Amino acid sequence: MPNRTPLGFSRRQVIRGLLATTAFGAVTKLSTGCAPSSDSTGATDEGGSASDEVVVGFIYVGPKDDFGYNQAHAEGAAAMAANVPGIKIVEEANVPETTAVAESMRNMIEIDGAKVLFPTSFGYFDPYILELATEFPEVQFFHAGGLYQEGTHPENVGSYFGYIDEAQYIAGIIAGYASQSGKLGFVAAKPIPQVLRNINAFTLGAKSVNPDITTQVIFTGEWAEPVKEAEATNSMADQGIDVVTCHVDSPKVVMETAEKRGIFSSGYHANQGPLAPEGYLTGAEWDWESIYTSLGEQFVAGETLMAGDIDHILRGGLADNFCKLSDYGPAVSDEAKAAADAALEQLIAGELIIYPGGLKSNSGDVVIPEGEGYKQDNIELEKMDYLIEGVLGSIDG
Amino acid sequence: MATEALGWWGVPLGILAGTLRGSAPFLFVSLGECLTEKSGKINLGLEGTLLMGAMSAYGVSYLTQDIVGSFWAPWLGVLAAGFGGMVLGVIHGWLAQQPRVNDVAVGIAMIIFGSGLAFFLGKPFIQPQASQLITFNLGAWSSNPAVQSALKVSPLFLMGVAIAPLLHWFFRATRWGLYIRAVGDSPQAAMAMGISTFKVRMFSIVAGSFLAGIGGACLSLYFPGVWTERISSGQGLMAVALVIFARWNPLQCLWASLLFGGAQAIGPAFQSVGIDSYYYLFNAAPYILTLVIMVITCSPQRTLIGAPGALGKEE
Amino acid sequence: MAIAQAAPASWLYRWRRPLEAVALPAAALLAAILIFGVFCALAGANPLAVYGSIYKAAFGSWSAWQNTLIRASPLMLTALCTALPARLGLVIIGNEGALVIGGLAAVVAGLQLGTALPAPLTQIAMAIAAIVAGGLWIALAGALRHYRGVNETISSLLLNYIAIALMNHLVEGPMRDVAFVTKPSSAELDPSLLIGNLPGSRIHYGLLYGLIACVIAYVLIQRTTFGFAARTAGGNIRAARIAGLPVGKLTLAVCFLGGSAAGLAGMIEVAAVQKRLNASLVSNYGYAGILVAFVSRHNPLATVLVAILLGGILASGGILQRSHDLPDATVLVFQGIVFLCVLFSDSLYGRLPWFREKPAT
Repeated sequence: MPNRTPLGFSRRQVIRGLLATTAFGAVTKLSTGCAPSSDSTGATDEGGSASDEVVVGFIYVGPKDDFGYNQAHAEGAAAMAANVPGIKIVEEANVPETTAVAESMRNMIEIDGAKVLFPTSFGYFDPYILELATEFPEVQFFHAGGLYQEGTHPENVGSYFGYIDEAQYIAGIIAGYASQSGKLGFVAAKPIPQVLRNINAFTLGAKSVNPDITTQVIFTGEWAEPVKEAEATNSMADQGIDVVTCHVDSPKVVMETAEKRGIFSSGYHANQGPLAPEGYLTGAEWDWESIYTSLGEQFVAGETLMAGDIDHILRGGLADNFCKLSDYGPAVSDEAKAAADAALEQLIAGELIIYPGGLKSNSGDVVIPEGEGYKQDNIELEKMDYLIEGVLGSIDG
Repeated sequence: MATEALGWWGVPLGILAGTLRGSAPFLFVSLGECLTEKSGKINLGLEGTLLMGAMSAYGVSYLTQDIVGSFWAPWLGVLAAGFGGMVLGVIHGWLAQQPRVNDVAVGIAMIIFGSGLAFFLGKPFIQPQASQLITFNLGAWSSNPAVQSALKVSPLFLMGVAIAPLLHWFFRATRWGLYIRAVGDSPQAAMAMGISTFKVRMFSIVAGSFLAGIGGACLSLYFPGVWTERISSGQGLMAVALVIFARWNPLQCLWASLLFGGAQAIGPAFQSVGIDSYYYLFNAAPYILTLVIMVITCSPQRTLIGAPGALGKEE
Repeated sequence: MAIAQAAPASWLYRWRRPLEAVALPAAALLAAILIFGVFCALAGANPLAVYGSIYKAAFGSWSAWQNTLIRASPLMLTALCTALPARLGLVIIGNEGALVIGGLAAVVAGLQLGTALPAPLTQIAMAIAAIVAGGLWIALAGALRHYRGVNETISSLLLNYIAIALMNHLVEGPMRDVAFVTKPSSAELDPSLLIGNLPGSRIHYGLLYGLIACVIAYVLIQRTTFGFAARTAGGNIRAARIAGLPVGKLTLAVCFLGGSAAGLAGMIEVAAVQKRLNASLVSNYGYAGILVAFVSRHNPLATVLVAILLGGILASGGILQRSHDLPDATVLVFQGIVFLCVLFSDSLYGRLPWFREKPAT
């Protein structure tokens, strides 16, 4: 039949179908043009529909439920929304550390009307946050990391930072007691100061128990590299290492692999206890809920960085509830618990210095001058670029 | 139990362990691609199929682990992975056989679609833990835990090793194998023989995608044993190169998969004993090797020995 | 079966063939939008609202247009890397590798020359370095194809991985700037070397270069003897050889041109956006370029439109997450559906009787 197309429809049916599709498309365009979409998010183009609400935007570099870094922030964000009336949260996940985040931030400001942004990944700061902050001086940007410098960076940018290395120090004490081979392992993402602080603090804590203990470091190169993290954990276990911890975005892989190999694990970012029921010792966790809630209350009260109401550099450790320790696992001995609790009390009271004077790096140089040592808020620590004695591995790797 | 560090012995052991772990996905995907290419069609979309398989396996294992127990749940996951692969294979097989449609273009479209679908459906499965496949402890004779762990093989790996010679025999000695080869070498002759090229190619593409889906299951239920969006190291795309490297011979696909899987493990193995430089170049070694071998063995006068005649042509 | 209507005047038929070239992709696009709407509905979102959001984020305001155009400009160039060799019948997917190599060459040139020469000259040197590097990279694949019979699809794919590994190795090793802590990177390019924005907008000049390159490519392919030779050889290699066309030279030339476009895209990315060389350069512009090339049927002018369309789709990923609770992968699914529908529409060319030039009898 000459009028049949290869699909078996007649010519008339094809034309009708195309016309119908086109009409549908046109109607769609017109209808969405006339009435605002029912899912509008309170954009301020119409003069502030829910104008009492402060829109706070959160941007994550990975998934919100990664059992790690992003999950910790997401839980904090949820707490801010739940505890502070008048806050509206918009979130975007899986935004890489490229110009994509600049676009996300801009969209949140222009389309969603965000007045405060929390771009949570380390690599978002330079140059993306700085550029957007200059462009939108009335929007506040809070970055998790120690990078803000008075006078150099715009007024509407603030840094908040938790001294989670305090928690890692305690975790190191526990690891020191638990390890029988005297070898610890650390799977790290990138050799930035925050990561190096954790490695060093963990090792220092373990060395306070066993001065000959060593920590093998493997850098995977990116925040989320599940295959490399699994390989690294396996090769560490092959080398006789029996306690592993990590500083990657999602410690899930490391914890599960360690459990499979039957070695101990110490968590990070969030509580990974459920993932490794037998081998999980403890973990260094963030506690963003209290910080975010108090910041949220400040936002609703109209306080801003630019006016000086909010500190540009927010810091705190265990004492200020920026971080906490996971519950001790079944394998932690009472002796270890006692030592850890004692050290915890000293840290909170400010009596314990983690980084003592005369500290040497693993290439032999003295990195902290003889004397008192550095307190947690010492600015020198935020430029850390060395691994201490006892850590096997190098930054250039 | 005292564990002695292996020091330098750790490197070959690490490579061996990495080979046994890492070659399983390569094995299944390359066997699947081999089957497809024998019928004259390239399937570049296996990267998306791999991810779809990994996601389905993990998801189904997680969802059914309370119902059927933690032994059977992963196997259901493996089946689901195969079926997920087959669904994508049907789309690819149908579209790639329309007139004037280019294989490669469909393949790339399927990578985008397949991975998009896998990530989309897989969002709820990132956080939970699914039951993993059992492993056979071939290293039980050793008291060294490193050796024991290195020799923990997955039944999927053994299945893959068994399928390779089976596929080889299939091509050489069965009627359907002959049909596939005929369609791949000379579709006109096959049509003259009364074979439906459409059906035969559809079968090969769907069966190949089934195997590739199982390859994805190896990733999420064996090693590294999680579901995240970054779980693939490009095995799907590399399988195409691997098949050429292996001359479209399933047995050689087996050896090539072991080689590629081992090459992936060299970088981390060296890093654990402190050699960090040239990390990226180590990782690039399999690609450079494939390119070099292709350059040496190809020639413009004759087609690659073993290449199906209709491969790359739009017939 | 008798034809139900009298045959219309014959002049109407002359327009049907060109109309087909527009109507079929447009219909495919509409079909893709429909299918995506069904997908969204199944996922629990309101399809009409989703369409509205995508429109708002992609084309709804000047700021949205800028986002779209910023994303589209590298795509125009990387698409040429597939589109130009495709005219010769070669399927090259090495766009990502050529982009990286081009960016690498540009940064090396920029850092070596520094401020020794006046900035415009240095920028030209960087561009030339990128063009030559990217061009040679893909020309390698072309040469392997012509002289050794190596499948260019596979070889260009492998060259992608090799280029990325090379870049990563250099950036973490010899070229590394240790003062930059965010990620292993090269040193930053001198600010005078950076490509500025079009006045009054956030869009960098790369858009202009992309448009110019596409126009040049179109003229080259459609209006010069070189282009004609390439298209002839693409139609039937044996006939071209018999006719005496220098197929080898054509292969190398076309691959070089395609690679140079992608290399230039790399230079623009580094000089306008990234300002230093690091792993962020690998943002899948290469693979998206392949998509654009195929959807635009390797026509450089259509490439501009398709690049803008894809740029719009990519720019709408964020709003889908924030307003509709759809995960970021939704945009990937949308791209995949569009690509598949357009590929299917390819197979309908010449098969729908309505578009044939003579009435069916």
